[in-house]
Amino acid sequence: MNMKALKTFRFWGLAPTWLLMGLTLIIPIGIVAGVSLGDRGPYGGFDWALNFSSYREILFTMGWTDELEFDPKYLAIIGRTLAYGLATTAICMALSVPVAYVIANARENWKPLLVYLVTLPFWVSMIVRVYAWLIILGNEGLAEKAWKLLGGGDVDTFLFTPGAMLTGMVYSYIPLMVLPVYAAIEKLDPALLEASHDLYGNRWTTLRRVILPLTWPGLSAGAILVFVPAIGTVLEPMLLGGGKQMMMGTLIQTQFGGGRNWPFGAAVAMVLMALVVIVLILNARRAASAGKEAAA
Amino acid sequence: MARGKAVEVYNVSKSFGTYQALDEVSFTIHENEFFTLLGPSGCGKTTLLRMIAGFESPSEGAILLSGQEIETLPPHKRRVNTVFQSYALFPHMTLAQNIAFGLENLGWDRKRREARVAEMLELVHMAPFAARRPAQLSGGQRQRIALARALAPEPKVLLLDEPLSALDLKLRQAMRDELRSLQKKTGITFIFVTHDQEEALDMSDRICVLGNGRIQQIGSPSEIYEDPANRFVADFIGETNFIETEVLSVQGEMARVRTPFGLEITARQKGLTGPGPATLSLRPEKIGMEAQADGWMLEGTVSGRNYMGGYTHYTVDVSGQSLRVSRRNSLSHADSYAPGQPVTIGFREDSARVLAR
Repeated sequence: MNMKALKTFRFWGLAPTWLLMGLTLIIPIGIVAGVSLGDRGPYGGFDWALNFSSYREILFTMGWTDELEFDPKYLAIIGRTLAYGLATTAICMALSVPVAYVIANARENWKPLLVYLVTLPFWVSMIVRVYAWLIILGNEGLAEKAWKLLGGGDVDTFLFTPGAMLTGMVYSYIPLMVLPVYAAIEKLDPALLEASHDLYGNRWTTLRRVILPLTWPGLSAGAILVFVPAIGTVLEPMLLGGGKQMMMGTLIQTQFGGGRNWPFGAAVAMVLMALVVIVLILNARRAASAGKEAAA
Repeated sequence: MARGKAVEVYNVSKSFGTYQALDEVSFTIHENEFFTLLGPSGCGKTTLLRMIAGFESPSEGAILLSGQEIETLPPHKRRVNTVFQSYALFPHMTLAQNIAFGLENLGWDRKRREARVAEMLELVHMAPFAARRPAQLSGGQRQRIALARALAPEPKVLLLDEPLSALDLKLRQAMRDELRSLQKKTGITFIFVTHDQEEALDMSDRICVLGNGRIQQIGSPSEIYEDPANRFVADFIGETNFIETEVLSVQGEMARVRTPFGLEITARQKGLTGPGPATLSLRPEKIGMEAQADGWMLEGTVSGRNYMGGYTHYTVDVSGQSLRVSRRNSLSHADSYAPGQPVTIGFREDSARVLAR
């Protein structure tokens, strides 16, 4: 095949991909970006414009005297979103390592079944899964009965607490952490662990100096996979948090719904996307420098 | 020689399910000894090594390290280090970090650590590579670093699990001399596991031959080779001719036997108590041919020939019995014997051994 034919082939070969990416990703993002620059319509909706007032609104409010006053209320939501995202990621990581370790060390013919069980919740609709927690954590629910059985004192309710929200988020995203961590632990040479013990390393030293550095690619991949959807989550704060804890996802949702301020919702969505992109760039950089170091 | 005991193994048995890997094994390894566990794969030698390291525990029996019972000590509390078959170097650490790993865990301060790492790199001739990572090394270089890493913490005993098996032939031979001189230089007890009898004979002070989970023989390389305790050892170490014979009488270490060639000879025996069937073991290089023949003479016919350079191996048929004969090609114009040719071969009865069947 000559060069020209190759180029033509490459262009048309990739055309479906570009078409799909354009229709489902680039154009919609462009629309959201456009809306975020628009004016709020008097009865919901919006008018095309080119002003940044929606972005300004994230940090400032208009005072009585038409002066801009710094208002941290949305900043607090962004901060809370990041905090919940980080907490979810950390808890998922802490729980995934032992689970992945057990799977990796299970008998060979059990491994596929165990991996399948980890992914099982994904076969059920997200809403149903979160709803299930509503029942478990609700009044007279399983959680309350278990708590009382274990001799716990009177509780008001488990629902609509940060704990309930975190439980739901961890539950929803943990398979995304277990799988890459399992893949990394599976690849770990058991002789390296023996070498560490042989060289006077106790369990903690072995975990810190051998297991964690060598499974880090899996852990960081899992962290990205969990953190990114976790900061955009809507269902858990709404259903399990009872809407008491506003997050970016719920904020965007209310702006397009009841709040009827599409440009502001779109602006918050763009900020959320920017946060995700920043995380991805940081990770790519770290991976690149780690790769360079390994090759050096 | 009054030397301290480095490792004592008492009646150690190990079974995995119904499989008996080791069966009542006992021996003592002295300080500053190069001790080799030799045997075919599956003989239990690696299991034994892993029990000394602490990665397995005996089903029965006890292991003592410098007189101290180690049953309850986890691997990281035993003053024993291992050179793993796959080397098991930490891929995310530089060579210097690999070597320093054990020293850090022992709580050596930075200055002492750095000095020791430099000393170890010097010892294995890898000083210029301190900042590299294991992936950038050849097999032989990795081997050296694995050795340096295991020797750095000054263990009482160094365990080597078939460390040369991954190297090519030339390197393997060079590493043998190096291991031997490292052992002498450091004065550390080496326990070397291998299935390669040549390695074992070349390097060891003493060899323990393991077979079917049992000790077959413990002795110096020449004892093992020249005076094998039984058929298994004679067969596993080196090459030999087994000739079925009839024992006429046994007197202490000696037995009088009748061979199929019609000869009656008196040779050293192992494991016999009285008359009956036995096996005569006669090594191919101990049978001379034509000019090299000596002792009892036999007439035979060449039936096969393998030219090996320094040696030629012949198969000679003597009264219905095939004998392997090794002939040293001591002169460049040495005669060669073609199959079909009649030859005279000879052996001395003090080279033959009578073994229980």
